[in-house]
Amino acid sequence: MTARFFALLSAASLAALSVPLAGQVATPPPSPAAPGQPAAGEEDGLTGTVSDEAQWQDLGIAITSFATDQDVPTQTNAGSTAALGRSLADVISGDLRNNGLFKPSGPGGLPQPAYAQVQAPDYPTWAARSAEMLVQGYVRANGDGQLTIGCYLYDVALQQQLARAGWVVPPAEWRRAAHKCADMVYSRLSGESPFFDSRIAYIAETGPKDRRMKRLAVMDSDGANHRYLTSGQATALTPRYSPDYKSILYLSYLNGNPRIYVYDLATDRQRLITESRNPTFAPRWSPDGKWILYSMAIAGNTDIYKISSAGGGQPQRLTDSPGIDVGGSFSPDGSRIVFESDRSGSQQIYVMGADGSNQQRISFFGGRSATPEWSPRGDQIAFTHIAGDLRIAVTSPGGGGMRYLTDSWQDEAPTWSPNGRIIQFFRTEKNSGKTSIWQVDLTGRNERRLQTPVDGSDPAWGPIRP
Amino acid sequence: MPVGSKVAATLLIAGSIALSACASKAPKQLPPEPGPATTSETTQSGPIPGSQADFVAFTQGSDTIYFDTDRYNIDSADAAALQAQAQWLLRYPQKRATLEGHCDERGTRDYNLALGERRANAAKNYLASLGVEPGRLTTISYGKERPLALGSDESAWARNRRAVTVTID
Repeated sequence: MTARFFALLSAASLAALSVPLAGQVATPPPSPAAPGQPAAGEEDGLTGTVSDEAQWQDLGIAITSFATDQDVPTQTNAGSTAALGRSLADVISGDLRNNGLFKPSGPGGLPQPAYAQVQAPDYPTWAARSAEMLVQGYVRANGDGQLTIGCYLYDVALQQQLARAGWVVPPAEWRRAAHKCADMVYSRLSGESPFFDSRIAYIAETGPKDRRMKRLAVMDSDGANHRYLTSGQATALTPRYSPDYKSILYLSYLNGNPRIYVYDLATDRQRLITESRNPTFAPRWSPDGKWILYSMAIAGNTDIYKISSAGGGQPQRLTDSPGIDVGGSFSPDGSRIVFESDRSGSQQIYVMGADGSNQQRISFFGGRSATPEWSPRGDQIAFTHIAGDLRIAVTSPGGGGMRYLTDSWQDEAPTWSPNGRIIQFFRTEKNSGKTSIWQVDLTGRNERRLQTPVDGSDPAWGPIRP
Repeated sequence: MPVGSKVAATLLIAGSIALSACASKAPKQLPPEPGPATTSETTQSGPIPGSQADFVAFTQGSDTIYFDTDRYNIDSADAAALQAQAQWLLRYPQKRATLEGHCDERGTRDYNLALGERRANAAKNYLASLGVEPGRLTTISYGKERPLALGSDESAWARNRRAVTVTID
């Protein structure tokens, strides 16, 4: 095993300069439903696939400080390799704990394995501590300034290694190795697809209710590496990360009028997606990033359009009802679009082909249904249900099995985790208008607030990073 | 401005408000300034004729019309306000105006942007039907992004479901 692992690592070292985070999971986790593929039998009410009563959630997982062969300074904000080893374990522990998925212990209060023990765990010690699973790892500073980080998952009772992986990362991206390690542990134990190594775009809000400053901002899935992208002089709304993380679609009131821009993250420049005298809003990407959906109002009538993301193409109009047709979210295979329309007299959810064909209403829940978002797994549609209060709910793409996930005064705008297991949304406080970003799992039981530097709204979760 | 016509307009508006009093509509009190584009230049000598301040004074607070939840139709109170606006706009044919559409906070963001467009266009179309050249009128939706009343209750929401006419100085 050692040979294979380090063979992978050395191959990764060669690729590391051109690829931000090279490396491989040595043991690919089993995945019952590959991401991006609609699960079979989606009309059957897939609540059975929700990780509701799963035993693995009660597993005792010990997460130890990562060991190092030599405690030397690094160019990370975590400090030396030894300090970094502790920080790596903190990030992993935080990932697994904060999402309500596991109840990990450590690294604080746990024995610290020596470098030599990383691949040869002291099983009796961990068995005596009632740990069922054990995460160990190491961090090494390479001569070229890069870091090599290894991650191991052991079954203490079986005295067996379950998974291992290693990555070579530039110092600034050390947290990604920790997220990759947490993803490895989560995937191996749950059978689900990974999601920790991902980023979120959102709107950072400050100021009084009638003069809110709204800025485009981005952060890692755990809130780290936060960055503001706009100054706040122009109101920014409804961002969406491109599938390749290279750009962000969002609405800005730059120059006074609401228009959709594509913000290029490499150059910090932006361009209009289409030249129009009419307002454009509610931008969305297709799963392959080749298309942009947007809504445009002409003389007060809003319809949904599609345009090539490469720029310069002719927009294609997908809806033509006299009502408001707005928003839209592609199915994972790109063949269908779920959107909202008030053509029936109130906001309701409809599904159509990606070319606008076969528009059919799927929401018959009473009240109003808005902001539908198709799960990356294809089996569920998350949306905002409005009946007095605004609440987050899910339904099947056929409109069956509607369930509420939240119960608050005003929760809206759901966005899916890359693996379709968790939904983020934003919550508005009555009277003050203060906003915050929250997430909830598909059971509706594990709800928590995401910490952001200031108030936050309109979260948009990007895909798992390569 | 001739004193007589101003008084007449005021009486006309007051009369239509009394006739169309409706619980779901906002009180016709003079609202705070709608946005940063607006300036309040009222001085002791009165606003400059043809200015935004003059428009606000002339329409006696009827620079704003109000809507029911999710609606964008022009009712009789709205019509009276828009008639006063049109009267001023026809008097100053070189002036342009922006119609701002707004919504209350109890809706989703994208939909409210679309609904604000509808409301602004409803006001624009009504002004056009009264003879105001449509090319002088532009629309913009702020959705629920710029509330005027800050509470979270029916009366605050009623005041926020509005279309505001702002003339361009």
